[in-house]
Amino acid sequence: MSFIRQFAARIVGQSIRIFARAVTAVRADWQGIEPVPKQRVYFANHTSNGDMPMIWACLPPAMRRTVRPVAAADYWLKNKIRAFVGPEVFNCVLVDRRPEVKDKPMDKIIAALDEGSSLIIFPEGNRNMTDDLLLPFKAGLYNMGVARPDVDLVPTWVANLNTIMPKGEVIPLPLICTVTFGAPIHVAEGESKDDFLKRASDALAALAPEERS
Amino acid sequence: MNETTNDILLLAFGSFGILIALTFVGEVLRAREEPGFVNPILDTYMTRVQSWWGMVAFVGIALLMGKIGVMVLFAFASFAALREFLTLTTKAKADHLSLALAFFVVLPLQYVFVGLGWDGLYTVFIPVYAFLLLPIVSALRGNTDRYLIRVAETQWGLMIAVFCVSHVPALMTLEVEGHEDRTVLMIAFLVMVVQLGDLLEYFFGRRIGKTCIANHLSPKTWEGVFCGVVCAAIIGGLLSWITPFGVLGAMAMAAAASLVGMFGSLVFAAIKRDRGVKDWSHLIPGQGGFVDQLDSVIFAAPIFYHFTKFFYA
Repeated sequence: MSFIRQFAARIVGQSIRIFARAVTAVRADWQGIEPVPKQRVYFANHTSNGDMPMIWACLPPAMRRTVRPVAAADYWLKNKIRAFVGPEVFNCVLVDRRPEVKDKPMDKIIAALDEGSSLIIFPEGNRNMTDDLLLPFKAGLYNMGVARPDVDLVPTWVANLNTIMPKGEVIPLPLICTVTFGAPIHVAEGESKDDFLKRASDALAALAPEERS
Repeated sequence: MNETTNDILLLAFGSFGILIALTFVGEVLRAREEPGFVNPILDTYMTRVQSWWGMVAFVGIALLMGKIGVMVLFAFASFAALREFLTLTTKAKADHLSLALAFFVVLPLQYVFVGLGWDGLYTVFIPVYAFLLLPIVSALRGNTDRYLIRVAETQWGLMIAVFCVSHVPALMTLEVEGHEDRTVLMIAFLVMVVQLGDLLEYFFGRRIGKTCIANHLSPKTWEGVFCGVVCAAIIGGLLSWITPFGVLGAMAMAAAASLVGMFGSLVFAAIKRDRGVKDWSHLIPGQGGFVDQLDSVIFAAPIFYHFTKFFYA
């Protein structure tokens, strides 16, 4: 049975990848970093539910197999289809966002890093529905950088998805989506949490295409 | 096998011969270069030749499949071009529905109308109906921020990527006396003279070009364009046997299409410069996007269509 589920997960994964490419011709733009199998935490802006599948779909196959998106358990366990797609197709690290279970998410994330997985995280915590480029980052990225300082923290900008599929719309527009990977950063010796999060946020914002007025 | 199929195969083999020669020349030049030295002109030339191989293969297969093949090929080209164009235009969330209509209703309908040969409809559908309807859809959402820019750029995308491109397969619907089953060959004629004219314009422009047409915009020179158009006319004359135009007519048609096409690619260079991009997309490896590849054909197609209709149909 588990073999069949695994096979189904692979088929669904490939279908999602092909669909993403057909609709948005998604492309990875590697700036200041190479697509090599190295342990990394990709931290990205979050405007749409399609962000994570886009990043996942444009990674080379070998890297896609070792990368695990960090995602909210309450979203991905809501029904049977999501419970299959999240944990089994994307191999998500599911974390509980509820405040009363405060210490658990980081334990799971560190455990995944110690297994050698790369991660995809959205440090804004929620989807950005504002006109601001980025929401303030949550502390998780800093905590990962302190706990496992050897892991590269890679800023990852997903461009255009908020136009392709804005919240509340049903039909995705087949515009071109570009995922830009920037130079990795690390927590510096003695750097405070706020300083680091500001630096990480700036590194990510620097990858955004210039807004035309 | 009928005469038209024969001629398409003949053209395909002729094109392969030219491409083999062009590839060979490029490889010889590359082999003569110092090791480790990268010549950007030669590289551009080679990527152009490579994408040409792909184009000849796709257009050849489409022409052999006849009407359906040509419609599918150009509908796909329109879709890819519209996607590239609208990725770069100004838009707001209020335009979501009108953009979705552009992709999923206007584009397919235009090709259905061309396929059915309803020229009374496909020549006005986008310039009249889409032009009037889509702004209404956008206005209903009440966002007036940069409204005119948004609707104007969307309409430009449709005109360029769908209306103009669809005039290539529309050539098949023209009724030219004594040439009824051979109209598909006019597509081959148009694409060949325009693209070969481009290639030779590029070559001569690099060799003898001095006077820039538009500084800061494009490396195109008057000398290059002149030589390119003359060459296109000669090629048009040599290919006149596949057209209903006669030798002199074919030369004039080729020259006109090639000239309009070259200025068309100047227009696209201006748009790219305005948007601060080098290429329209990355979809054709080493070559840019579909609009980069099609730019001159896009401008030449409606002009060529109307000249043919006016003088020969």
